[in-house]
Amino acid sequence: MSQRRVVVTGLGVTTPIGGDVATTWKALLAGQSGVRLLTEDWRELLPVHFAARVAVEPADQMERVEMRRLDRSEQFALIASREAWKDAGSPDDIDKERLGVVIASGIGGVITLLDQFDILKEKGARSVSPHTVPMLMPNGPAANVGLELQAKAGVHTPVSACASGAEAIGYAYEMIKSNRADIIVAGGVEAAIHQLPMAAFAQMKALSTRNENPAAASRPYDIDRDGFVLGEGGGVLILEEYECAKARGAKIYCEIAGQGLTSDGYHIAAPDPDGGGVQRAIKFALANSGLSTKDVVHLNAHATSTPAGDVAEANALRKALGADADHVAVSATKSMTGHLLGGAGAIESVFIVKALQERLAPPTINIENLDPAVTVDVVRGTPRALPAGDIAALNDSFGFGGHNVVLAFKSL
Amino acid sequence: MALSQADVLAGIKEIVEEVAGIPAASIELNKSFTDDLEVDSLSMVEVVVACEERFGVKIPDEKVTELATVGDAVNFIVNAAA
Repeated sequence: MSQRRVVVTGLGVTTPIGGDVATTWKALLAGQSGVRLLTEDWRELLPVHFAARVAVEPADQMERVEMRRLDRSEQFALIASREAWKDAGSPDDIDKERLGVVIASGIGGVITLLDQFDILKEKGARSVSPHTVPMLMPNGPAANVGLELQAKAGVHTPVSACASGAEAIGYAYEMIKSNRADIIVAGGVEAAIHQLPMAAFAQMKALSTRNENPAAASRPYDIDRDGFVLGEGGGVLILEEYECAKARGAKIYCEIAGQGLTSDGYHIAAPDPDGGGVQRAIKFALANSGLSTKDVVHLNAHATSTPAGDVAEANALRKALGADADHVAVSATKSMTGHLLGGAGAIESVFIVKALQERLAPPTINIENLDPAVTVDVVRGTPRALPAGDIAALNDSFGFGGHNVVLAFKSL
Repeated sequence: MALSQADVLAGIKEIVEEVAGIPAASIELNKSFTDDLEVDSLSMVEVVVACEERFGVKIPDEKVTELATVGDAVNFIVNAAA
């Protein structure tokens, strides 16, 4: 049997800058921030008063009765999956035993868990919703999408904190490569804008506290960055075996050529300043893809806007790509979307697919003074054209726990 | 407090519509919760708890399985409240 190849045939998102791919991509190219002051009273209890909520509420995209049985993260998964499935031409005729779902979440249904605990304390055990467990389980987003599409090749949820979304896409890639499935609905979601997770991240000193100017708070690579901005939403890609996609006449965006996975073995939350794990993940992804550093023209960076993380990553990119880093347009789109945790690697993979399609690298906003320690070529302010011909792009994602995931995409 | 059958039916209609999205107009005494109205086992728990709160009655778990139709539930609640 010849080597199976994996292509992308559909995209879907719901993000802080748009309720679908077209709106989000337009806002991304325009450099719009999705970060806003929270409207809830509880913001005053926290040192951080802002976040990046989705631009379009799920209530405007799905039915009330369906919503009340779903955690917000599950709502995001269904919204993004429905868009992606439709974008892929709704291949409902596929053998369901060859259809899988891999959708990740970093934290799972944390809002449901905390809300139901409030109900337990206030009204007693009998008032706790019988839907609580299916709503809070981290595999709930994947399971609900799997049920809707009747996927029977396997429904999975890799969890690796903020690398989860990228790891899900990598897992889906492996499922197709190893002939377990022909089509996978793959991605990541997160819905954790609630006072408890925000207080907890704030206690780690991980969040920006730029309350006086929320839209300028997420500023990867800027010398005055002071932490990440919590975002919510999700992204989904339809991955498909190349011959299967061709046979049904699907629109093919690009190829997922390979992935690299490593772990730091360094610290539960801090990045390894040496960046050895990141470098190895990049090298593995390129080797796995049959690509060289010369082929890479674009990279969507993890770059969350934390003081330590951005520089550690940039150093690792420079070391791994060497002189070829000079022709890699690096975009830090969290400057606009905030950090979607388990959804980050997924929406950023969608952005890479769009960048390869339109040959445009999205900008990084809010860089007033580039940190001189950053030695990669950051796309600032406005989008940058990518070259014609055969090109490749990378997405890197890292998670608390020392997880490193790099996905390699190439044009077809 | 005595409840009329009509009052209880009207209340159950509202609850089932809220929980399961079934239009109140299609909810009748002879309809089965599971077969006709497609209220699944988890949503049935919600219906029971909402009925308890609304009508001030206790519906023991072992009785819930006996409430096959809307009429069964109405009769149980009317009797329990009597």
